Amino acid sequence: MSVIAMPSGRDAAPAARSVEPILTVDSIVKQFETPDGVVAAVDNVSLAVKPGEFFSVIGPSGCGKSTLFNIIGGLLDGYDGAVRVGGELVHGPHASIGMIFQEESTFPWRSVIDNVAFPLEIAGLPKTERYDRARHFVSLVGLDGFERRFPAELSGGMRQRVSMARTLAAQPKILLMDEPFAALDEQTRLLLGDKVLQIQQELKQTTLLITHNITEAVQLSDRIMVMTYRPGKVKRIVDIDLPRPRSSEIVSSEAFGRYVAQIWSDLREEATRGMHDDETRRGGAPR
Amino acid sequence: MSRPVPFSKSRYFPAVLGFGSLAAFVLAVELLVQVDVINRFLIPPPSEVIAAIPRVIMQEHVLSRFMLTAGEALVASVLVTIFGVAGGVLLYQFRLLRLATETWVAAIAAAPLVLMYPLYLVIFGRNATTIVMMGFTAGLAPIILKTLEGLAGTRRVLINVGRSFNLTRSQQFWKILFPAALPTIFVGMRLGLIFALINIVGVEYLINFGGLGQLINELAERFDLPGTYAAICFVILVSIIVFMLTERLERWLRPAS
Repeated sequence: MSVIAMPSGRDAAPAARSVEPILTVDSIVKQFETPDGVVAAVDNVSLAVKPGEFFSVIGPSGCGKSTLFNIIGGLLDGYDGAVRVGGELVHGPHASIGMIFQEESTFPWRSVIDNVAFPLEIAGLPKTERYDRARHFVSLVGLDGFERRFPAELSGGMRQRVSMARTLAAQPKILLMDEPFAALDEQTRLLLGDKVLQIQQELKQTTLLITHNITEAVQLSDRIMVMTYRPGKVKRIVDIDLPRPRSSEIVSSEAFGRYVAQIWSDLREEATRGMHDDETRRGGAPR
Repeated sequence: MSRPVPFSKSRYFPAVLGFGSLAAFVLAVELLVQVDVINRFLIPPPSEVIAAIPRVIMQEHVLSRFMLTAGEALVASVLVTIFGVAGGVLLYQFRLLRLATETWVAAIAAAPLVLMYPLYLVIFGRNATTIVMMGFTAGLAPIILKTLEGLAGTRRVLINVGRSFNLTRSQQFWKILFPAALPTIFVGMRLGLIFALINIVGVEYLINFGGLGQLINELAERFDLPGTYAAICFVILVSIIVFMLTERLERWLRPAS
């Protein structure tokens, strides 16, 4: 399957200027031992993401998206296939990959600025320098004035922005996000989508987003990979040829609606399969 | 124009309410004793207990006894914290050790360890070391168990954040696991220190040696009930000091708590 099909004729197309992918995932297969036998979570998934590209992986619950996220991030081993960053084979967590998790992941015992400065502290930067840099990223995610607050004093959306700033502070080449807005309400999600677009525009950050939200994927992405329900395979890769810079206002455009409909038609069959499978496992009668 | 904040919303209100409730309770006991609802030979009137405090201070050398008990409690607290937290970390790091010993440690936490005092008397003699070691033994198990619980209960996502930043094993422990577990460790410390203090005063009472426990023993044998209760007030004071110190330590280590 051809997985590198770049959109054309767009303003922000850093991906189009370079041909060499920065991240390649080759034929990943991951199986889990369960009490019911071996379950294939991810089956022969390959993808390539180019520098500056915003690439999303979408699929129904249980399609192995998070497994793929953990494999690319180096948090999961025991799989077949290969993950390469800039051609280098990756085993385990890699300095070029920064991860933003679905669950709330700020350190509650650290203030906002200390959370964001965390990777710089680990890197051994002097205190003044790391706080200067951390302040820049706090500002980038729009949290000026909250530097001394603790996560418990912030809303869910603000906490997720702190996590984002912390990951960005490590200046990774690739930003890997696993449903970072899943726990947020729709309005906050759209507004944070704007923030992500703004940051991506500013940093030209290569981003791989794992999501089950079609609107979010279309709003943010250059390309979207649709996965099948268990085992997770590549069903289709869709180029999103919407103009950049984008904002959440794009959701009301006709072209946006067409992409959403197209992806939903691919996803619907898989989501239905997933729902029936879930009902059968819970002892309901197949329909 | 800003409205005046009602006193019930002020930050002093909880403290005032706390002291007010205590004063109301003391006053109620005083009234019940005075009208003979409570037998004054079991519980003396609080006014007599308060009046006995200067006498206990002057005649019974309560300050030196207080310092002795507080010193024993402090030494036992430091020992029990160091060994308890280290024990919990060991059990967390070595799964086999945890599986082999966790049940025993839990059983020890529930056992009436004060009954071991004759053995400690034989080992250490009738001195402060026996009292400190009894306090140490009694306080150890809750701290071990709570440290283990805190470390094991660290949210997976926080550990994964550390892994994603390529933290070393030592960084993972000191930067993530330990601070994440601190609130639970402090719950264990408070429990452990309370157990230690109970045992310290109890053994002082039983072996008639040392600080406030011995004083309570002597005053009770003289049927000086107001004096006995006044001495008990000083034991409560030691407990309050230990509790406040742990609270300060926790705030210093984890400002967000």
